[in-house]
Amino acid sequence: MYELHELSKVFDGGTVAVDGVSLTVGRAEQAAVIGPSGAGKTTLFRLLNLTLRPTAGRLLLDGVDTARLGEEALRRQRGRIGTIYQHHNLVGRLRVVHNVLAGNLGRWSTPRAFWSLARPRDTGQAEQALAQVGIPEKLYARTDELSGGQQQRVAVARVLVQDPDVILADEPVSSVDPSLAVTIVTLLRDLAHESRKTLLVNLHSVDLALAYFPRIIGVREGRVAFDLSPDKITEELLRGLYAGHRDEERQLEPFSHGSNPFGRACRPLPGFGQ
Amino acid sequence: MAPTPSGAPVDRFPASVSKPAFPWLLTGAFLLTLWASLRLAEVDPGKLLDPDALGNVARFARESVPPDLTPHFLGLMLRPLVETVQISVMGTVIAVLIGLPLGLLATSSLTWSGILHERQTRWGRVLLGLMPYAVSRAVLSAFRSIPEYVWAFMFVRAVGLGPFPGVLAIGVAYGGILGKVYSEILENVDPRPLEALHAQGASKAGIVLYGVLPQTVPLFVSYTLYRWECAIRASAILGFVGAGGLGQQVELSMRMFQFNEVLTLLMLLFALVAAVDFVSARLRGRIARP
Repeated sequence: MYELHELSKVFDGGTVAVDGVSLTVGRAEQAAVIGPSGAGKTTLFRLLNLTLRPTAGRLLLDGVDTARLGEEALRRQRGRIGTIYQHHNLVGRLRVVHNVLAGNLGRWSTPRAFWSLARPRDTGQAEQALAQVGIPEKLYARTDELSGGQQQRVAVARVLVQDPDVILADEPVSSVDPSLAVTIVTLLRDLAHESRKTLLVNLHSVDLALAYFPRIIGVREGRVAFDLSPDKITEELLRGLYAGHRDEERQLEPFSHGSNPFGRACRPLPGFGQ
Repeated sequence: MAPTPSGAPVDRFPASVSKPAFPWLLTGAFLLTLWASLRLAEVDPGKLLDPDALGNVARFARESVPPDLTPHFLGLMLRPLVETVQISVMGTVIAVLIGLPLGLLATSSLTWSGILHERQTRWGRVLLGLMPYAVSRAVLSAFRSIPEYVWAFMFVRAVGLGPFPGVLAIGVAYGGILGKVYSEILENVDPRPLEALHAQGASKAGIVLYGVLPQTVPLFVSYTLYRWECAIRASAILGFVGAGGLGQQVELSMRMFQFNEVLTLLMLLFALVAAVDFVSARLRGRIARP
């Protein structure tokens, strides 16, 4: 699906956000990206969803070098990539149905998009997507009247309508409470598994990553620190990853009491060889 | 201010909060401006207490009561009253027709920078967007820097007396204001939903329809209604330069020393403005829910 060769992104101010990352992600693979804040995870995701252009290196999507794509081709490729954001990035004033149907915008002509705002025709599609994320009754609610967790579900429903080949979730659960975080992560995982989509999730929480993903990519200072299955992740690796970030190091404390308590909890999905 | 152990108050603001370098200089400049304005604007409260002035005020007050409420006069004034409303409505419509396209062009995030123009690093394409941007900003600025009364004065010369120059004056002056405010609203949309639409392959039109407009249209409508309120007041006064409506009648009655008619007209104007304020405030409250 993705092949990254020495991919780098240097911002105009001179900040090196991503520094020579090489990775391969296969079709229908699921992986979690972890690392301290400021490690370049979000920038990496914005390179992966083709909204940022790398300053060096190559990003291949299904073997096609994305640097060679023209504006229209780039737009078509973006249509194959669905992104879920920490702050859900919905339009609060719109009704849920429109935010969900906006997933069609990569396909719809402008008149079609316009008329759908006036009188939505594909409500069935939106309803089905909302049913999949568990809030079918919110179809005509105003989006900003929903709770944070419900809005995140609407964002997931929008990606379902988009029906991309890849789902990139950038800190999808950092602004919801922990029990909901598990629900949303499992929801994403199951949805991606059902329709054989590639799923990359950028997670703040190490235990969620280790418990639910068969591949863990640790990122520090713009580089890949490790790229392993969760049972091979040791306390030292994690301490090295988060060294100097005291708030985030604190979540590693359970590791000090006995061996990796999370690796065992990992349940690889059927069809995923480790 | 929290007391220190020694009892002296402590400045709770960090030292980085800047203080003016020369407070005495600023104070001096302010006092000088105040004094100069007082002199140059010929402010002289004594004039108000001058026997002549008091006499005129007293005469106006005495003669304006009772207001002229005869059915004949009220019937005659019905048309100017309706005309005032019509001038304000048509003026606002023209203001929107001028302000909306120019306001869209005067928005940098729509014409040449930001998410809709990510790949336009070539100078030619940037200039292509920059030119209409600069021109429309200049036009809007010129339109709104000339007050509607001056516009009305010029349009009366151009198209003659009557409500039409009033409509044009409000349309042009308020078009300049609306265009400016529309572009401010457009520049301040939350960029995050736009990024999400952009990332999933939406076209520019799609991003505008599903990201920009839903965030801005309710504010456009709300501000346009507020401008309509202002237009009612303005259209009442535009009549003084001959541009129709209640203002023209006030001016006529004044000139003929029919102060009881003037009082009636002012009462009508007050009722009209209050009614429009009420309706507009209700509508705005419903449209632009936070």
